[in-house]
Amino acid sequence: MTLWEKIYIPAIVGGMMTTMKHMLRPRKTIKYPEETRVFAPVYRGQHVLKRDEEGRENCTACGLCAVACPAEAITMISAEREKGEEHLYREEKYASSYEINMLRCIFCGLCEEACPKEAVFLTDRIVKTEFERDEFIYGKDKLVETMDDRIDITKRQFTGKRTEQ
Amino acid sequence: MLIEKSVLVILLFLISLGVAAYQTYFERKLAAWIQDRVGPDRAGPFGILQPIADGVKMFLKEDFIPAKADKWLFIIGPGISMFTALITSSVIPWGTNLNLFGRDISLQVADFNIGILFVFGVVSIGVYGIMIGGWASNNKYSLYGAIRASSQMISYELAMGISAITIVMMSGSLSLNDIVKSQHGMNWNIFYQPVAFFIFFITSMAELNRAPFDLPECESELIGGYHTEYSSMKLGLYLFSEYTSMFVSSAIMAILFFGGYNFPGMDAFSGNLLAILSIAAFALKIFLFIFVIMWIRWTIPRFRFDQLMHLGWKVLIPAAIVNMLITGLVIAWNEGWM
Repeated sequence: MTLWEKIYIPAIVGGMMTTMKHMLRPRKTIKYPEETRVFAPVYRGQHVLKRDEEGRENCTACGLCAVACPAEAITMISAEREKGEEHLYREEKYASSYEINMLRCIFCGLCEEACPKEAVFLTDRIVKTEFERDEFIYGKDKLVETMDDRIDITKRQFTGKRTEQ
Repeated sequence: MLIEKSVLVILLFLISLGVAAYQTYFERKLAAWIQDRVGPDRAGPFGILQPIADGVKMFLKEDFIPAKADKWLFIIGPGISMFTALITSSVIPWGTNLNLFGRDISLQVADFNIGILFVFGVVSIGVYGIMIGGWASNNKYSLYGAIRASSQMISYELAMGISAITIVMMSGSLSLNDIVKSQHGMNWNIFYQPVAFFIFFITSMAELNRAPFDLPECESELIGGYHTEYSSMKLGLYLFSEYTSMFVSSAIMAILFFGGYNFPGMDAFSGNLLAILSIAAFALKIFLFIFVIMWIRWTIPRFRFDQLMHLGWKVLIPAAIVNMLITGLVIAWNEGWM
């Protein structure tokens, strides 16, 4: 090392200038609860089970989503539509129970791709944190949308295979 | 007389503790800014209540004393550290005289004629706090930390003392009050003694056990060094005493080299206005020193132990001695002794 390098002072001053530059730089931190980050249009978050325009559930419990799921997070029990339930379910068969284990789900979106009835979609909502494992198994009460609070899935439809007719 | 000194002592005690508390906040903020983070910002606006939250947390922790530790020495250790850190501020002249209720009040608790010697003596006792705490813990990491602290203190105190002697030679007095008065206005010692300042600055960082000289407590090698076994407010006292010493030694550096409470154009003011402005000037200098010490901490990595000893004995002490000799020759020449 030369004498200039041996006295270290120029190097230390150089280092301090670097840290000063960082000190004066604007922060890029997003303070989460107050500010939220803009999600990408193709973001895959919590699932929703859609209803059609008349409020009937799209899902027919065909089981394709459960088969497609690589994490085996989806379980369902099918049931036959009774007389007088036509306003609830679109076709003769429906899922009496539909559960997604959010701890197993990897949010790959294969269930959405497999669905022939446009029933299951991934949305830009974040799965809530919980303290108990049981709470992460989302049943129909949490997955099916209500008519007065419909979930917008148009962003996912345009990225999927089929577009709305 | 007694009353005004007592008020001053209590005020200084509270200010030292308050400044130390907010130094922890400032240090965390500064570290965050340097690392492109935000830092503590949840407790109160901009997180300014964070030191209080930290203090409460410290108090609520379990106060644990290891079974094989020397109980009394274990308790005395942090006490000595805190005591020596606080008592040094008694000889510091904080500003020009304040005129209140028709009395001229000196803003210095004790105007010793050996002020700077007192500071060095007390700072040397400070190492006992670390030594005793580290030894009494009955833990090899603590002992290593304590040994490192003492050898580092002894090595760096020499260079520190020699560089302070050059200032004493120039002002002709050991009293901090006289040293400050000799630097009236902008006639600061830094312009005559840049080398001495440089050595003093480096050695005081070593005396403070601050990075890059924080070997006694380096967490990557020694877990926590001398305070590995400490918890609760005893640990808090160690950390607090480090910050208090940082405040006091920034003040000492400002006094010895940057004119203490003097500021350019101070002759235009007089009375209480001058006193308040001088206190503000002194506080600003102290703040700048604290800022630079923290800035260095978050920039430079820690020295290795042999590098530390090399720097102390082979670089700083010879440089300080040569600087002292040159100063002596110049003074002798100016006084016509040669």
